[in-house]
Amino acid sequence: MSDLGTVLQQARRSLAIARKDIRIYYSKGPVIIFGVLFPVFLFLSFTIGRDLSVDFMIPGLVGMILFFTATSISPIVVPWEAQARTLERLMSCPVRIETIIVGDILASFAFGVGISLITIMLGLFLGVTISSPFIFAIAVILAAFCFASLGTVFSIPPTNMPSTVNMISSVVKFPVVFISGIFIPLDELPTWGQAVAYISPLTYFTDIARYSIQGRGHLPIAIDLLVLLAFTALFLVVAMKLHQRTMPRRI
Amino acid sequence: MTKYYGELLAVDHVSFTVGRGEFFGFLGPNGAGKTTTVRMLTGVIRADEGSASISGHRVGTLKAKQIAGVVPEMANAYADLSAWDNLMLMAELYGIPASVARERGISLMQEMGLYPRKDSLVKTYSRGMKQRLILCMALVSDPEVLFLDEPTSGLDVQSVRLIKDLLQGLNAKGKTIFLTTHDMDEANQLCDRVAIINQGKIVAIDAPEKLRMATSGMHSVEISFDNVVSPEVLANIPGVNTVKKLGDKCRLYTTNPGELVVSLINYSSSNGLKIISLNTLAPSLEDAFMALTEKRGKDV
Repeated sequence: MSDLGTVLQQARRSLAIARKDIRIYYSKGPVIIFGVLFPVFLFLSFTIGRDLSVDFMIPGLVGMILFFTATSISPIVVPWEAQARTLERLMSCPVRIETIIVGDILASFAFGVGISLITIMLGLFLGVTISSPFIFAIAVILAAFCFASLGTVFSIPPTNMPSTVNMISSVVKFPVVFISGIFIPLDELPTWGQAVAYISPLTYFTDIARYSIQGRGHLPIAIDLLVLLAFTALFLVVAMKLHQRTMPRRI
Repeated sequence: MTKYYGELLAVDHVSFTVGRGEFFGFLGPNGAGKTTTVRMLTGVIRADEGSASISGHRVGTLKAKQIAGVVPEMANAYADLSAWDNLMLMAELYGIPASVARERGISLMQEMGLYPRKDSLVKTYSRGMKQRLILCMALVSDPEVLFLDEPTSGLDVQSVRLIKDLLQGLNAKGKTIFLTTHDMDEANQLCDRVAIINQGKIVAIDAPEKLRMATSGMHSVEISFDNVVSPEVLANIPGVNTVKKLGDKCRLYTTNPGELVVSLINYSSSNGLKIISLNTLAPSLEDAFMALTEKRGKDV
């Protein structure tokens, strides 16, 4: 089979893995708790009682929900399957390790986009207007893929305990939320704060969301999109390379 | 192929060939390296040294995996999916067209007695039903070669019988089967040839009957008397190598069962004992296995 034929064949098998993940993992307790309920309550606890406009709150809420939901499934699938003893069967199928990882990313991506759409609809219901819907849509899709790829980086250590992976991802995710312009706009951060913010991929999505809804961002949109793209490529390469080494060690 | 786990040499330069259409058994005690070997052959882990190929395709490649069906040791199907969905997922991962997969799926599930429960979630299945489903999942791609790692371990009699019958039928249709087991009877009944692996090395490869007969000194005579005779006394009878007490009878191992029978009759008549039962036994595959693995253990 030609290289292109193999790529298409593996892409179809990634979709089959993603469909399997959607049916199994969307209703798992840790996914609902850490992916949906947690960011909502965290956001409410930081915004209730403060005199903030809906236009300010919705970009932050969408950013946070997208970040938490898109990183809620991809980290736990591999350790969960190793623990449930389904991973060896999957690895003996004619699929590459990259195919398995992409399947997990697609399931997490779809979860992130789906739940974020609900948040966006809520924003529209509350009177928010999206002045640049096309750019916003591209940003949601790109960021969801970026965050879902980051999720697979969290599951690189060859532990078969989903709770350990959730702990690792929480240690990274919480600080990221606080440095990404969700609660405090980048313009209001000191120089050192802005420098820290630039190492978070969520910063760039929040910036695009603020541009699309509030009409102004901190960085040029092209830079935001390019950096998100670069982060996505980085997470994908790291996840693919390192899962090649660690996945066989889970068996 | 050779495989290390850290400092531990799990599989030590294992080398063998399995013919097309052969039913090949891979026997060994726990920890001998059976599962590690199967995992290297099915492309789940990589060998540290050496390589293997299946129908000319290097193991671990997509082509080698495409023609193999696998039942891993202690594997599970997805408990939150129905049996049918598990089966169709496997078909998708092997690129089987949906209509062919449906047809094969129905036929396999009927053969394995699972069809009436095909839409039940796997979490409601018994252990035997799950294992039968995993076998269906391995067969839905109609593989040329089937790898099974301890497929009947811990299962109910009905499931074991179904699985054995299916495997024999598949082999009769020309499928190559690679079966790891520590069940000697299973290997003896099913396999054309068996390899015995111990401490990561293959100690013998041959047909079960040849392995049995090559085990010199493992012929035995089983005898019971109307009165209790201690094994120590029987061990002093000329021609007896070792004695094993089995309930109310004793098994006496010897190189010459004919002479031993005469000695036992003389012993019973001179001591006023009546023989209740007397059987001569050829060495079993288990005897061959024990002799080969113990010899290797002593050599090391």
